[in-house]
Amino acid sequence: MLQGWVIVLASFGYLGILFAIAWYADRRADAGRSLISNPMVYALSLGVYCTTWTFYGSVGRAVASGIGYLPIYLGPTLLFALAGFVLVKMIRVAKANRITSIADFVASRYGKSQFLGGLVTVIAVVGVVPYIALQLKAVSNSFAILSSYPEIIMPTMSGAVPLLQDSALYVALILAAFTILFGTRHLDATERHEGMVAAIAVESIVKLVAFLAVGVFVVWGVHEGVGDIFTRAYAVPEISSRLATADSPAAYGTWGTLIFLSLFAALLLPRQFQIAVVENVDVSHLSRAVWMFPLYLFLINLFVLPVALAGLLHFQGGGVDADTFVLTLPMAHQQEALALFVYIGGLSAATGMVIVETIALSTMVCNDLVMPLLLRVPQLGLAERTDFTGLLLGIRRGAIAIILGLGYLYFRVAGEAYALVSIGLISFAAVAQFAPVVIGGLFWKGGTRDGALAGLAAGFVLWTYTLLLPSFAKSGWLPDGFIAHGLFGIELLRPQHLLGLTGLDEITHSLVWSLLVNLGFYIGVSLQRAPNMREARQATLFVGGTEAADIPRWRSSAGVADLLPLAARFIGLEKAQVAFASHARERGLKGFEELPADARLVNFAESLLAGAIGSASSRAMVASVVTEEPLGIAEVMNILDEASQVRSYAREVEEKSLELTRATAELREANAQLRQLDRMKDDFISTVSHELRTPLTSIRAFSEMLQEDPKIDLTQRSRFLGIIVNETVRLSRLISQILDLAKLESGRAEWTVEAVDVGEMLSDAVDSLAVLFEEKHVKLEIEPCESGLIVLADCDRLIQVMVNLLSNALKFAPADTGYVKVGAGGTASEVRVYVSDNGPGIPIEDQKLIFDKFQQGAGTSELLTEKPQGTGLGLPISRQIIEYFHGRLWVESAPGSVTRFVFTLPRQARDNDANSK
Amino acid sequence: MIQHGVGLRLIQALVGGDIVIRSRLKAQRLAFLFLMGCFFFNYPLLSVFNQGVDFFGLPSLYVWLMASWLALIVQMAWVVERGD
Repeated sequence: MLQGWVIVLASFGYLGILFAIAWYADRRADAGRSLISNPMVYALSLGVYCTTWTFYGSVGRAVASGIGYLPIYLGPTLLFALAGFVLVKMIRVAKANRITSIADFVASRYGKSQFLGGLVTVIAVVGVVPYIALQLKAVSNSFAILSSYPEIIMPTMSGAVPLLQDSALYVALILAAFTILFGTRHLDATERHEGMVAAIAVESIVKLVAFLAVGVFVVWGVHEGVGDIFTRAYAVPEISSRLATADSPAAYGTWGTLIFLSLFAALLLPRQFQIAVVENVDVSHLSRAVWMFPLYLFLINLFVLPVALAGLLHFQGGGVDADTFVLTLPMAHQQEALALFVYIGGLSAATGMVIVETIALSTMVCNDLVMPLLLRVPQLGLAERTDFTGLLLGIRRGAIAIILGLGYLYFRVAGEAYALVSIGLISFAAVAQFAPVVIGGLFWKGGTRDGALAGLAAGFVLWTYTLLLPSFAKSGWLPDGFIAHGLFGIELLRPQHLLGLTGLDEITHSLVWSLLVNLGFYIGVSLQRAPNMREARQATLFVGGTEAADIPRWRSSAGVADLLPLAARFIGLEKAQVAFASHARERGLKGFEELPADARLVNFAESLLAGAIGSASSRAMVASVVTEEPLGIAEVMNILDEASQVRSYAREVEEKSLELTRATAELREANAQLRQLDRMKDDFISTVSHELRTPLTSIRAFSEMLQEDPKIDLTQRSRFLGIIVNETVRLSRLISQILDLAKLESGRAEWTVEAVDVGEMLSDAVDSLAVLFEEKHVKLEIEPCESGLIVLADCDRLIQVMVNLLSNALKFAPADTGYVKVGAGGTASEVRVYVSDNGPGIPIEDQKLIFDKFQQGAGTSELLTEKPQGTGLGLPISRQIIEYFHGRLWVESAPGSVTRFVFTLPRQARDNDANSK
Repeated sequence: MIQHGVGLRLIQALVGGDIVIRSRLKAQRLAFLFLMGCFFFNYPLLSVFNQGVDFFGLPSLYVWLMASWLALIVQMAWVVERGD
C-alpha cells in the first residue's frame, strides 16, 4: 500500500486540505467573523514550537540522554507562568506600535534604528537556517524510510546523493511554493495572517494526535503498559545504563541551561514571536494559553520515553537511527495506516515550522533589511515610485525562496554531522542573543541603540565562533584544526574551550560566553550616554506600557493629500482609502477628505505604514513627506520649547515629590512632639488635681467634724480651725504657684528688668524670712560679699527665688543645731549666689528630679517623719526664672554633707550699672 | 490605603494596566508558580530523585518530573481560570 505515489498523494492531499482551511479562515476574516479569535486556537497555534525536532528528535534525544529531552519543554512552561509580566507587555507594546516582527520590535524600541533592525534580521536568518535545514532533513528522511516499506532502510548520506536526486531539494521547493502561496498572497497592513494561524492550529492537532497514536500503539498494542516496557528495558543492561541520568554538577548545569535556553526560545524565535505576539487577536486569549500550551507540551512528551525504550528493545541490533523510532516502530509491526499517519504528523510539524518561520523571516528581511537598503540608493529612484505593493510582495517571495535555499544548503553542508536535537539547540542559542535587548528593553529605560548594537553584535560573533563554525568544521566543510588547537594555533582561542574554560558541553559553553558578553556590552555601552530624545520616547512607550502611547510622535504635520498617496504606494490605493476612512470615523468625521492636517494624522499614517514596511522604514518614508517644507524658526523654537517643557515638567514633578517627602517627615515629627506634649499636659493635670485634692480633703474633713459635733471642746476646735487655715493657705499658695508657672511657661509673665545689686537683694530676702528662722532656732548667716555685683533682672522675681531656696533650706535644716549660709561672689562675667544648709542632703539620683514639677525629694520625706511642707513647684519656678535671665540653677549635695543650691547670672558691666542708676 | 493604591498602580504599570491576568494577585500567583517550577525542575531537587530508586517499576526521576510538571500545569490552570 505504501508505494511512493501513495505517500506523495497523501502529502499533497494533506497540504491541499491545509490550504483550504487557510483560505476559508481568510474569507471569514474578511467577512469580519474571525475563525481564529478564540483562546483555544491561539494556544494550539503556539504548538508551532513543536517541530520535527520534537516529533522525531525527542525520542532520539531520549535514547541518547534519558530524560534529557525534557528541559526543552519545561522552559516554555515556566515562560508561560511569567506570561503576566512579560508576554502581556510584549503583546500590548507590539499592538500599540504595530510591530510586525522581532527585528521591528528591537529596532522600534531603540529609536527606530534601521541598522539595528537589519542586524537582528541577519542574526535571526543565520541562526534559524540550521533549524530549517533540520525540518528538510526530517521530511526527506521520513519520506525515504516510509517509501522503502516493508523494509526498514536508513537513508544514505544526502551529501552523497546527486543534487537532482535528493528528495530534500524537492521538499524545499515544495515548501517554498506552499509558503509563498500561504503567506504572501496579498499585502496586509497589519501583517497578520488569519488563514495561516488556522492552518497551524490544525497542524498542531494532527501532530499531537499522530504522536499520541504511536504512543498508545507502542505502549498498549505492542507491550502491556508502561511498566512492562520499563521492566523489559531494565532487563537489558545496555538499555538500563542509558536510563540512568548522570548525577554530576555538569549534567545539572547543562540541564538548567537548556531550561533557560528554551524559555527564551519560546519567546524569541521569529515564529514564536509571530504567533504569540503578532498574530495574537486579543490579548485576553493569553490567559487560557497560560496553561493550555504547557499542557500541549506535556501531552506531546507523554510517550517519548516509552517509545524510545520500545525502539531500543525492538531494534537491539542497531542500524536504525533513534530519531526515526516514531516512524519505524509502526512500520516494523506492519501498521501501514499508522505509519502513514505518523509521516503526515511529521509533515505537519515540519510545514508548520517552515511556513511560520519563513514568513516571519521574510517580513523581517523585506522590512528591516532590503527596503531600507533600496530606499537608500537614490539611483534606483524608488522614492518616486508610485506603487510599492508589487515590489514588497516580490521581495518577500524572494526572501522565502532564499531562506529555504539556505536551509537546504546547510542541510547539504552540515546536516548529516549532527543529530536533530543538536541542530535545534544551535538555533536556540542564536535567538537567545535577543534576550538582553528585548527583555531589557521592556523593563529598563536606559538602553540605547549603541548598547543594543554592541551587545547583539558581540553575542552574535561569539555564537558564530563557538557554535556555528565548529558545526561547519565537524561536517568537514571547514578545516577542523582550529577546534582542537584554537585560531592561529592559540590554545586559549579554542572555540569550544574559550580561555581554557572546560567542563561544559558546547551549548552551555557557547551560551555562557555569548550571553555574558552580550549583556555586558548592552549595559556597558548603553551607560556611556543618556538616551537621546527619540530613544527616550520609545523607551517610555515600551517600558511605560500603553498609557504612554498618546505621546505625539510627530510635532510637524502633513495633510491627507500627501499621506494618502504615500500609504497607497505601499499597501495599495483601495486599502489605504479604507484605512484612512476608518481613522476619520474614529475621529467623528464623515470621510477622509475632512481629516485635518495635524500631528495625529501623521502618527496614524506612520503606524499604518509600519505594518507594511516596518517601523524604521516607515519613519523614514513619512519623514520624506513631512519634512519637505523647511521648518521655520518659530516652529523650531516651538519644538524646543515643547521638549524643554516636558523636561522641566518632569523635573517639577520630581521636586514636588521630594518636597512632599520632606513635608511628610516634618509633619510626622511635629505630630510626635504634639503627642508628647499632650501626654505631658495630661500628666500635669492629673498631678495638679491630686495636689489640690489633698489640702481640700483635709479642710473638708475637719470642717465636717466641726459641723457634725457642736459639742467639741474648745482646744480641739481651735486646733481643727488652725489646720483648716493652714491647709487653705497652702492651697492658695499652690494655686498661685501653678498660675505663676503657667505664666512663666507660656511666656506671658510680666517682667520688670532693671539693674539689681545682688548684695542688697540678698539682705532683703534674708530680712523677710528672719522671723521664721528664729522660730525654728536655725542660724541664718549672710557671708560678707564684695559690693557692686550687678545683674540685669527683675528684683522681685530674684527675691522670690531666694525665698524659695531659703524656705527649702529652713525646711530641711535641723531645729536648734541647724544653720543656713547665704553668700554671693563674682567673676568677670557672672555673679554666683549660693544657699547652703546642714540638712540631711539629697541623694545623687534625686538631684535632677527635684527640679521637676511636683517632685519633692523622696529621701527627705523618709528622713522626716511628717510629710514635707511645700508644693513641689518652688524649684521648677525658680529655675524658670533664673533661666529666663540666662543663668543656671543647680544643686551640689551628698547625703550627710552640706547641701548647697547655687545659681549664676550674667554680670552687668560697671558702666551700664552707672548709667542705669 | 494610599500605599496600597500605589502598589496596585505599580504592578499595573509593570503588567501593563491589565485585563488579562486580571489582578495583580493572579500575576503574582503565577510568578510564584514560576519560582516553584524553577525549584522543581533543577538541582538540587533533581539530585534527590536521581538515586536510581524505582517507583512501581519506573525511574523515580522520570516520575517526579512528569508528575511535578503536570501538577504545575494544573495549578497554573487553577490560578488563571478561577475567580479571585
